Amino acid sequence: MSDSTATVAPGAAGEAQSLRFYDSGGHHPENGTLLGFWLYLMSDCLVFASLFATYGVLGRNYAGGPSGADLFALPLVAVNTSLLLLSSITYGFAVIEMQRKRQGATLAWLALTGLLGAGFVGIELHEFANLIHEGNGPQRSAFLSSFFTLVGTHGLHVTFGIVWLLALMAQVATHGLIAANRRRLMCLSMFWHFLDVIWIGVFTFVYLIGSLP
Amino acid sequence: MFEHPDLAKLVFGRLTWEAIPLHEPILLATFVAVAVGGVAVVAAITYFRAWGTLWRDWITSIDHKKIGVMYVILGLVMLLRGFSDAVMMRAQQAVAFGDAMGYLPPHHYDQIFTAHGVIMIFFVAMPLVTGLMNFAVPLQIGARDVAFPFLNNFSFWMTACGAGLVMMSLFVGEFARTGWLAYPPLSGIIASPDVGVDYYIWSLQVAGVGTMLSGVNLIATIVKMRAPGMGLMKMPIFTWTALCTNVLIVAAFPVLTAVLALLSLDRYVGTNFFTNDLGGNPMMYVNLIWIWGHPEVYILILPAFGIFSEVVSTFSGKRLFGYASMVYATVVITILSYLVWLHHFFTMGSGASVNAFFGITTMIISIPTGAKIFNWLFTMYRGRIRFETPMLWTVSFMVTFVIGGMTGVLLAVPPADFVLHNSLFLVAHFHNVIIGGVLFGMMAGITYWFPKAFGYKLDPFWGKCSFWFWTIGFYFAFTPLYVLGLMGVTRRLSHFDDASLQIWFEFAAFGAFLILLGIFSFIIQLVVSFRRRVSLADTTGDPWNGRTLEWSTSSPPPVYNFAFTPIVHDSDAWYDMKKRGHVRPVAGFVPIHMPKNTGAGFVLAVLSMTCAFGMIWHMWPVAAAGFVTLIVAAIIHTFNYDRELDIPAESVLRTEDARTQLLASHV
Repeated sequence: MSDSTATVAPGAAGEAQSLRFYDSGGHHPENGTLLGFWLYLMSDCLVFASLFATYGVLGRNYAGGPSGADLFALPLVAVNTSLLLLSSITYGFAVIEMQRKRQGATLAWLALTGLLGAGFVGIELHEFANLIHEGNGPQRSAFLSSFFTLVGTHGLHVTFGIVWLLALMAQVATHGLIAANRRRLMCLSMFWHFLDVIWIGVFTFVYLIGSLP
Repeated sequence: MFEHPDLAKLVFGRLTWEAIPLHEPILLATFVAVAVGGVAVVAAITYFRAWGTLWRDWITSIDHKKIGVMYVILGLVMLLRGFSDAVMMRAQQAVAFGDAMGYLPPHHYDQIFTAHGVIMIFFVAMPLVTGLMNFAVPLQIGARDVAFPFLNNFSFWMTACGAGLVMMSLFVGEFARTGWLAYPPLSGIIASPDVGVDYYIWSLQVAGVGTMLSGVNLIATIVKMRAPGMGLMKMPIFTWTALCTNVLIVAAFPVLTAVLALLSLDRYVGTNFFTNDLGGNPMMYVNLIWIWGHPEVYILILPAFGIFSEVVSTFSGKRLFGYASMVYATVVITILSYLVWLHHFFTMGSGASVNAFFGITTMIISIPTGAKIFNWLFTMYRGRIRFETPMLWTVSFMVTFVIGGMTGVLLAVPPADFVLHNSLFLVAHFHNVIIGGVLFGMMAGITYWFPKAFGYKLDPFWGKCSFWFWTIGFYFAFTPLYVLGLMGVTRRLSHFDDASLQIWFEFAAFGAFLILLGIFSFIIQLVVSFRRRVSLADTTGDPWNGRTLEWSTSSPPPVYNFAFTPIVHDSDAWYDMKKRGHVRPVAGFVPIHMPKNTGAGFVLAVLSMTCAFGMIWHMWPVAAAGFVTLIVAAIIHTFNYDRELDIPAESVLRTEDARTQLLASHV
C-alpha cells in the first residue's frame, strides 16, 4: 500500500463539526447466525402450533374408532420421554465440554445424545407399527390422522436432528472445535432442546390428556 | 416409451403422453410460442457467449443486489403469464352470454382463474416485493450484504423453481381448478384426482421454503447489520416496513406450509383432515389457510407503503411527515393483520359474536392505514413536489387505494358481507387494493431504484404512458365489477344467461386492454431506456436528490456497496450528510471481507424441484432419488468451510478512483 492511502482519516477532513460520517474500516457487523437460527426455530414452532391446533380440533373425532385411552401405552411413552429428556442433558454436557475445548469428550457426549435420540425414534416407530398393524393407522379417523401427523412430524425432526448430529460430528472430528463448528454446535443445541420442549407439549397434550377416559 | 407397462408405471407414474395437451389449440400455440422464444433466448446466450457470465455473475451470485434484480425479473416475467390469464378471462366473460359459450371450456377456464390468482400473488407480487427489499434494504442500512448471503441465493432459486413448476403445469398435465386457495373438499382426492392440485401444492411448498428463509435472512440483516448510529427509530421507513413484512412472513408462512402438508397427506396417504368422512373438517382448512392468507396481503402491502413513503418524501423535498406515527401505524397493522382472518368467511356461520369481533378488528385496521394516508398528504403539503414517474404512481395510489379501502370497510360489515360474499364486488375490491396498492407501489419502486441498480434512469415518457394506461385501465376494468357485484353477480363464472350484463363485461374487457397497453409501454420503456442509457445516465449516484443511504454510493453500487461503512446521525442519513457537507473519502481504503459465490443454492433448488415433480406425477423413484440427493448435497455443502474472500485495498482504491473521476467529470 502506498503512503498516500494510509494517512487520511475518512470523513474527518473538511468537517466543520466533530461529526464523522464514515467508519474507518474497523466496523464489522455482528454475526447473525444464532439470531437467524432462532427465528427459524420460531417459524418451526408455528408449524407445530398449527399441528397442535389441528389436533385440538380433531383429536376427539374418533369416527366410531378407538380413542387415545384405548390406544396409548403410557409406560412405553414414559420410557420414550425419559430418553429424549436425557438426550437434552447429554447435549448440554457436550456443550460444556465444547466450551472447555475438549474435542474427544464433546464427541463422546454427542454420540451418546445421538444414541438416545435414535432410541426415541426407534420406540416411536415401534409404537406406530403396532398401531398400523392393529388397523389403527392414520386413515382410520381424524383423531388418528392428527395424532400420527403431530407425533410423526416431531419424530421426523428428531431424525433430521440425528442426521445433522452425525454430519456435525464428522466435521468436528476433521476440523476440530473451530469457531464455525462451535456456532453450528450451538445451533443444533437450540434445535435439540427445542424438540424437547415440543415433546413436553406432545406428551402432555396428546398422551396424558388423551389417556383420560 | 411404454414397452414394459409396469416398469414404465414405476418410473413415469401418472405421466403419459395424454398429459401433453396436444389436442388443445390454445395451449399448443402457447407452447410453440414459448418454445420458439426459449430457443431464441438460448441461441442468443450462446451467440454472445454469455453462459459463463450468466453462471458466474448471476446464477451463483450471492450479491444481494443481483439477487434482488433477479427476483424482480422473475416477477415481471410471471406478470406476463398472469396477465395473459387475466386477458383470457376478460375476453371469455365479455362474449359468453346466452347461447354463445365463449372460446374457453369450463375445464380450462377454471384452471385459468386458479393459475391467475396463484401466479399473481405468489410469483408476481411476492418476488417483486422480496426483490425490492433484497435490493434496497442492505443499501439503506449501510450494510455490505445480507446476513446470510448463500441462503439468499438459495431462497431465490427455490422461488424460481416454484414458478417453474407452475409454468410446467401449462404444458405437462394441468393446473388446479379449485380457485387460488384450493379449498377442500373440492381440492381433495375425490373431487380432484388429477395432478392439478398437486402442482399447486408442490409449487407453493417449494417457493414457500424460499420465502420463509428470505424472511429470516432479512430480519437478521435489519436487526444485526445496521450502520453504526442507526437506531431503530432512525431506520428509513422502507426498512421499517420490510422488517414488519418479514416478521409477518416468518410468522405466517409456516401455517401455509403446515396446512398444505395436511392437504397433501389427505391426498397422498388417505388421512382425514379435511374430508367429509371419518371426522374430517373442511372448514378447518379454510381457517388455517386464511390465518396465513390475511397476513399475506399485509406482507405485500407494507413494503409498498414503505416505497410510497420514500418516494413522497424524496419528490416533495421534505422529511416524511410523522415518521414516528408511520412506524407505529406499520407495527399496529402488523399485529392487527393476525386478528382479522375470519372476515374472509363470515358466511361460514361462526355466529354473530364471532363475526362481530372480526368485523370490528377489520374496521380498526383502517385507522392506522388512514393515518398513513394523512402522513403522505401532509408530507406533500407545502413541499416542492416533482412529478416524476414514481411520484405519479404514488399520487394515483393514494386516490385508488382509498377507494379500495372504503369498499373493504363495506365488506367488513358482516350483514353486508352476506350479500357481497364471493361476488364480483369482492373481486373488484381486492384488485382495487392489490393493483392500486401493491402493483402501483412496485412500479413506483422499480422506477425509483432502477437508476441505482443499472446506472441510468428509466425513460420518463414511456413511464408516463405506462402509468396513464394502467391507471385508466384499472378504473375501466374494475368499476364495472363493483356494479355487477352489487347486482349479485358471483365470481368465477365462465358463462352468463342474462344478456343485459354483457355491456359491463365489455367495459371491463376494454379496461384489461388498456392495462395491456400499460404493460407494453413498460416493456418499451425498458428497451428505450437501455438504448438511451448514455443520455439517461446517473453519474452522481443520487439522481433524485435522495435522502437515504442507498443514494450515497455509486450507481450501480460496487460489489461491497460502501467502501467505508457510513455512520448515521439522523433518520434521513444521506440528506443529513449532504446538508452538513460530508467529504467522500478517497483514500485510506482497507481490504473488504466478502462472501464467495456458490452454485450450491441453485443445485439444491433444482433437486427440490425434481423431488416435487416426482411427487406430483407419483414417480416414486424419481421423488426418492431427488430427496436423497437433496439431503446429501446439503450435507456436502456444509463441509465447505472456504466461503469468504478479501477484496484487496488496491482493488477498492481502483473502484473508488473511477468514481472520483466520474464525479469530477460531471460537476
